[in-house]
Amino acid sequence: MPSRLSLLLLATALVLTGCAKKDPAPAADAGNQPAPRKFLRFGNGTEPQDIDPAIVTGSPEYRLLQTFSEGLVSEDPDMQIIPGAAERWEISPDGLTYTFHLRADGKWSNGDPVTGQDFVETYQRMLNPVLACQYAYMLYNHVVGAKAYYDGKTTDFSTVGLKAPDARTLVVTLLQPAPFLLHAMNHYAWYPVHIATVKKFGGLTQRSTAWTRPENYVGNGPYVLKKWIPNQIIVAERSPTYWDRARVKIDEIDLYPIELADTEERMFRTGQLDITNEVPLTKLAVYRREHPESVRVDPYNGLYFYRYNVQRKPFDDVRVRRALALAIDRESLVKNVTLADETPAYNFVPPNLLGYRSEHTFKADLAEARRLLAEAGYPEGRGFPRADLLYNTLEKHKTIAEALQQMWLKNLGINITLLNEEWKVYMDDQHSRNFQFQRAGWIADYIDPHVFFDLWETGGGNNDSNWGNPEYDRLLHSALATPNNAARFAIYQQMEKILIDEMPMLPLFNYTRARLISPRVKGFFSTPIDNYPWKYADVAP
Amino acid sequence: MLRFIARRLLETIPVLFIIVTATFFMIRFVPGGPFTAEKAVTPEVMRNLERAYNLDKPLWRQYAGYLGKVVFHGDLGPSFKYPNRTVNEIIADKLPVSLELGAWAMLIALGLGLPLGIIAAIKRNTFMDYLCSAFGMIGICVPTFVLGPLLALSLGIYLHLFNVSGWYGPTDRILPGVTLGFVYAAYVMRLTRGGMLEVLNQDFIRTARAKGASEFRVIFRHAIRGGLLPVVSFLGPAIAGILTGSFVIETIFQIPGLGREFVNSAFNRDYTLVLGTVILYATLLIGLNLVVDVVQVWLNPKLKFE
Repeated sequence: MPSRLSLLLLATALVLTGCAKKDPAPAADAGNQPAPRKFLRFGNGTEPQDIDPAIVTGSPEYRLLQTFSEGLVSEDPDMQIIPGAAERWEISPDGLTYTFHLRADGKWSNGDPVTGQDFVETYQRMLNPVLACQYAYMLYNHVVGAKAYYDGKTTDFSTVGLKAPDARTLVVTLLQPAPFLLHAMNHYAWYPVHIATVKKFGGLTQRSTAWTRPENYVGNGPYVLKKWIPNQIIVAERSPTYWDRARVKIDEIDLYPIELADTEERMFRTGQLDITNEVPLTKLAVYRREHPESVRVDPYNGLYFYRYNVQRKPFDDVRVRRALALAIDRESLVKNVTLADETPAYNFVPPNLLGYRSEHTFKADLAEARRLLAEAGYPEGRGFPRADLLYNTLEKHKTIAEALQQMWLKNLGINITLLNEEWKVYMDDQHSRNFQFQRAGWIADYIDPHVFFDLWETGGGNNDSNWGNPEYDRLLHSALATPNNAARFAIYQQMEKILIDEMPMLPLFNYTRARLISPRVKGFFSTPIDNYPWKYADVAP
Repeated sequence: MLRFIARRLLETIPVLFIIVTATFFMIRFVPGGPFTAEKAVTPEVMRNLERAYNLDKPLWRQYAGYLGKVVFHGDLGPSFKYPNRTVNEIIADKLPVSLELGAWAMLIALGLGLPLGIIAAIKRNTFMDYLCSAFGMIGICVPTFVLGPLLALSLGIYLHLFNVSGWYGPTDRILPGVTLGFVYAAYVMRLTRGGMLEVLNQDFIRTARAKGASEFRVIFRHAIRGGLLPVVSFLGPAIAGILTGSFVIETIFQIPGLGREFVNSAFNRDYTLVLGTVILYATLLIGLNLVVDVVQVWLNPKLKFE
């Protein structure tokens, strides 16, 4: 009875096919037909969590938020502050009061005007402890009364220094001058949300709501959210209500959430992508040789370093910490291992931050390194205890760690043990300080050297090195109270001197962002924190 | 037979219960949590986050609460990682994609594996057999993460026949379907060949030939039913493997299927999504095994429902 068998096979196939839902209409097949509209397709990294500024924490989300909303101020291609939702602002002479004047033609994508009240209510929502916004500190570290409101010490929001005296004015009162505030305000923690929409779909204190779905979402940015198919595509369409819409040139931006650099590269080759998020390192050299016009490497405001646990042997001895830092060849590391034009780091702050240049750096010095190690009691590495270098499981980190392991063995005669852990386990060990020394990276949230100095405050949430220095902390706080950059940067120089002397970590290199970009894309630029202000970009037809 | 099925279904309940319980507690005892990130969450924020997701309650109460919602409301909860979607929605969105991908892969596996296996068996120890067997060997040896990019390179980039990734139009099903189905085609081919050879050596086949039955009739009327039994037993685990093992394919070809969520949810410590996908896959696997058992008895007269 073969019929039973064939029936069975047929049924299996039918059941499986039958279960399968028909896919939505082909989304971005625009490459096959001549499009009258200008469109651009780019790889945006992992699938974004959400586009609610009070919920998200990652850079794919940051790029989306810059596409769909706009803060009070914005940054131009030279990283200078320019007007955003606010057309102008005044800062009081003591640097404590910021008065923003919102533009008359500022509109949400549903046509509502963007008002000062929108900003106040957005910030009130962010500071509501029930919502548990992870970036709430970006507000309460600076704004008068915000911490007390966040901690529930008061439920009266009028005690907080965020006020809208009329529809087109917002007044922010600060605890201390914080001269970088305008740059910090370009972070999405300060972006407004359309409160009426949030209220309509779930309410102000719910984390899991549907207000950010394409059919509900209302934003005030240069693009509106047209479509979002998870793990497939996000379609951004030029906003008809955005105040600066005349400057926006591209009609549609398709954002593809793609995790694998190899997949992106293949899509780039077939024209499915105009801009990729990454380049597979193994292919970078080939592209540089054969298609230099498609390779683009931008500086990225971040530092790749190894963090010491200064309470664990042998790194409780500053001589050991310095010896390891002096005994490696960073030039060779970036040239032969990391490959994407990273710059070797001999200090603690990446360059190009508002003109801040470190006066205090160190340099590789083998003889000095050997001397320090001998002085610490390990001449030529003899008797050096077991030291585990912890990194999260990733090929790139492994290669770098292996290269350094070799350098230390060859130059100092010490043998470091490599230890890798899955991301969350590694993070858990870092935050609970369960490591000897570990790979780490720090990327600026906004353009200011403060971001990198803040990291090493005694007991700071992200310090994790057990290192602390009262003088350093004092300088950090006095810098915040300094109204102008020249004076503030002078204080940072002193702080960097302390870091060089005490070395709570070992700087390796400053990050870059390498990507493939089609020559048909014009005027594209990436900020040092890897955002793409789309309104300056254009595409050749 | 109905009694057999009913008893097996009843047995499913404790099995599922154990799986859910073990998963619930295991994922909680893994270091790191849904909010562990490079930038440490301040203690105040962490307390509020835990309150927002009921993680501040004692573990047994969370467990009881979760189980109650799942059993009585079929509610798998909100996703930790994707706050604007619930686990039910994510599964409803992505399971069909994985099923469709699986269906294509199955079609390739059977459509390629069965004929090749039968040919190899009939033409045993000839050039044809060696050719088919070589296919079987290669299929088993070449991993999907090699085959996928190779197909994308040759058919997508060089010949411009397909998109190299995505899940938009009908043609986007071909590359991932072939990649996922290939290895199973190889297994099916080998099982078919083995099964057919065994049956073809048996007395009743010789009898059929002696009675003057045509070779076609011998193969397709008499031999195939017994010869394919190994393939049928393989189908259960194969479908399971195709459904749960689509992670690599879904990542390589950028397909919005459930396999990726299944794996990534564990990396993200997305507790509810981990549990939701585990419950779903466990149910699917138990169900499929039951179906295969029933079908085997149905096809093989030597077996009985006990």
